[in-house]
Amino acid sequence: MIRLEKRAQPSKLWTLATPFVAVVLTMIVGGIMFAMLGSDPFEAIRIIFWDPLFSEQFAAYSRPQLLVKAGPLILIAIGISMGFKAGIWNIGAEGQYIIGAICGAGMGLAFYPAESFIIFPLMILAGALGGWAWAMIPAVLKVRFGTNEILVSLMLVYVAEAFLASVSSGLLKNPDGMGFPGSRNLQQYPAAANLEIFQGSGMHWGVLTAFLAVIFAYVLLSRHMLGFQIRLTGEAPRAAKFAGVNPARIVFLCLGMAGALAGMAGMFEVAGPAGQITIDFNSGYGFTAIIVAFLGRLHPVGILLAGLLMALTYIGGELASLMLGIPGAAIQLFQGMLLFFLLATDVFINFRIRLSKTEAV
Amino acid sequence: MKRRTLLASAAALTLAFGGAAFAEDKTKVGFVFVGPVGDGGWTYEHNKGRLAVEAHFGDKVETVFQESVPEGADSERVMTQMALSGADLIFTTSFGYMDPTINVAAKFPDVKFEHATGYKQADNVSVYSARFYEGRAIQGHIAGKMTKTNKIGYIASFPIPEVIRGINSAYIHAKKVNPDVEFSIIWAYTWFDPAKEADAAQALIEQGADVILQHTDSTAPQAAAEAAGNVVTFGQASDMAEFGPFPRVSSIIDDWAPYYIDRVQAVMDGTWTSTSTWDGIGAGMVAIGEISDAVPADVKAEALAMQDALADGSYHAFTGPINKQDGTVWLAEGETADDGTLAGMSFYVEGLTGEIPN
Repeated sequence: MIRLEKRAQPSKLWTLATPFVAVVLTMIVGGIMFAMLGSDPFEAIRIIFWDPLFSEQFAAYSRPQLLVKAGPLILIAIGISMGFKAGIWNIGAEGQYIIGAICGAGMGLAFYPAESFIIFPLMILAGALGGWAWAMIPAVLKVRFGTNEILVSLMLVYVAEAFLASVSSGLLKNPDGMGFPGSRNLQQYPAAANLEIFQGSGMHWGVLTAFLAVIFAYVLLSRHMLGFQIRLTGEAPRAAKFAGVNPARIVFLCLGMAGALAGMAGMFEVAGPAGQITIDFNSGYGFTAIIVAFLGRLHPVGILLAGLLMALTYIGGELASLMLGIPGAAIQLFQGMLLFFLLATDVFINFRIRLSKTEAV
Repeated sequence: MKRRTLLASAAALTLAFGGAAFAEDKTKVGFVFVGPVGDGGWTYEHNKGRLAVEAHFGDKVETVFQESVPEGADSERVMTQMALSGADLIFTTSFGYMDPTINVAAKFPDVKFEHATGYKQADNVSVYSARFYEGRAIQGHIAGKMTKTNKIGYIASFPIPEVIRGINSAYIHAKKVNPDVEFSIIWAYTWFDPAKEADAAQALIEQGADVILQHTDSTAPQAAAEAAGNVVTFGQASDMAEFGPFPRVSSIIDDWAPYYIDRVQAVMDGTWTSTSTWDGIGAGMVAIGEISDAVPADVKAEALAMQDALADGSYHAFTGPINKQDGTVWLAEGETADDGTLAGMSFYVEGLTGEIPN
């Protein structure tokens, strides 16, 4: 008889080990799946995890792309992880990302075709404010009326998508676009373009911001009173109240920070890799970031690594699909397994397996 | 295939091309798909075109594809990786891939690109699309004759000229045979989302529509119509024959195979040049799926006659008199629409209600 026994203390070892165990399990089960699909599992795993980094043919291009893909994931995940730590579940980062992109691009396009060094910083500000404002809706509703921020923030994603569709075929539509929806391409507007800081490195301003956010979050959570209050609110809400933490303030702070970071991520994306506001500009970063946040244990450094790993599975997955003809759905399944195994192995943090001969009562 | 060295100018990275060695003499053709190859509609037909290329050229060609590629930054990466993997010709099969295609093409001057349904060309980027609106005219005719409630539902995807053209063409021809006909249009904002499409179909059926036209790619509306029992549908992009003879009474089929084979041949012969292709029923790029027996014989005969007239050019789907929605004259008696106006069509014709969302 196998049974689970609660540990007296969460296991430190397992807390660190489960992400790695999850990756290994994903490789094994995913490999079996690839084999069943008729591809060589070892080759598939090699292409996914190794080739984007070290293949002669692709790595020079895909290594910088890792940063491009991981940047927004990390930036958003850092923001929402603060809320998750405090027990505030902002599931709607995707919406805040969209609104940030719209505000940022809108700010830039408002100046078109003027050239000034001030335009790009203003766009960053507009993006951050846009995302912040969008996140304030669930925050205010939660504080004022006690609504559930999970539902409100999630529903606002769909509102944001409708808004995105509206501006890309209306307000921000490219006047030279022959009636087709989509804004001007910001990549072709030097003052507003989010360019690489070092040529060919993939390191654009958004990636740099993501790295700064990691450091900022680390300092905040481990060295600052506010970080302590956030953690306390999540771990022991009543104790936090007795300690004089104002829960409304934590709600505003956590949602606001998440919104601002997601908004900035959207702005950097639209001004850089994506280039333009289009009807389906958003490609799920806000949702994937939730996986990244948990995969990274809600720890800033963990999130940094998890973001890079997630980006690796995306780019490697694309390569595997290209080189071996693995169906797109199988790649998604592979990524899904990663979260599944992480959550499944997480149980060992708080429980241990006991083998006993007698039936447990 | 010749061994070549690529210089990605923006990144200033030079890659010695080792990958080409094992693909000796084969022309490598890549396809970027917006949906899954099993969508039963748009992507399914493009993939059929890909398979036709393989069947036609056999060992001389190698094809690769990537499905469900989001439009935007991700597609740019997918195309770049395809070019890096040694593709000689890449078909990008959705409107949203337009700017990414142009960007990637600039980095790989030796690779040829073909972008479907867009309007931006370059020295190594061709554009191609089909005159789906010709098929819509035939659909509209049948729909106008078949409706009993005089309400026709239309599941539209995105408010882009291609979709608006289809709505106008279908409406003009439905109205011609049935002056009482009304169109209800639902914008789904997706090319492929079975759940959303099913919801839209359900809403239209509840509003009393007994004919549903769709400009989305899944068979979900067909399934919804089948469940309702008395609702007529048409296959979109693909034949969707499994829903015939009723509710699916006919279909518009995109047949990309001849074009794809042509273009691959051109690359092999070294005669490929940047072109803009917009073919219809005449050239075989748009086909009309079999009109089932659920359609009365006389209606079927009229529809087939219109198909012939569209094919030989004796009839244009947009022939005046046609007014715009606001009542101003668009086409005078006997005048036909020019391609420029059609390509950028952003208005409804007179009689359609509601506004194009923006």
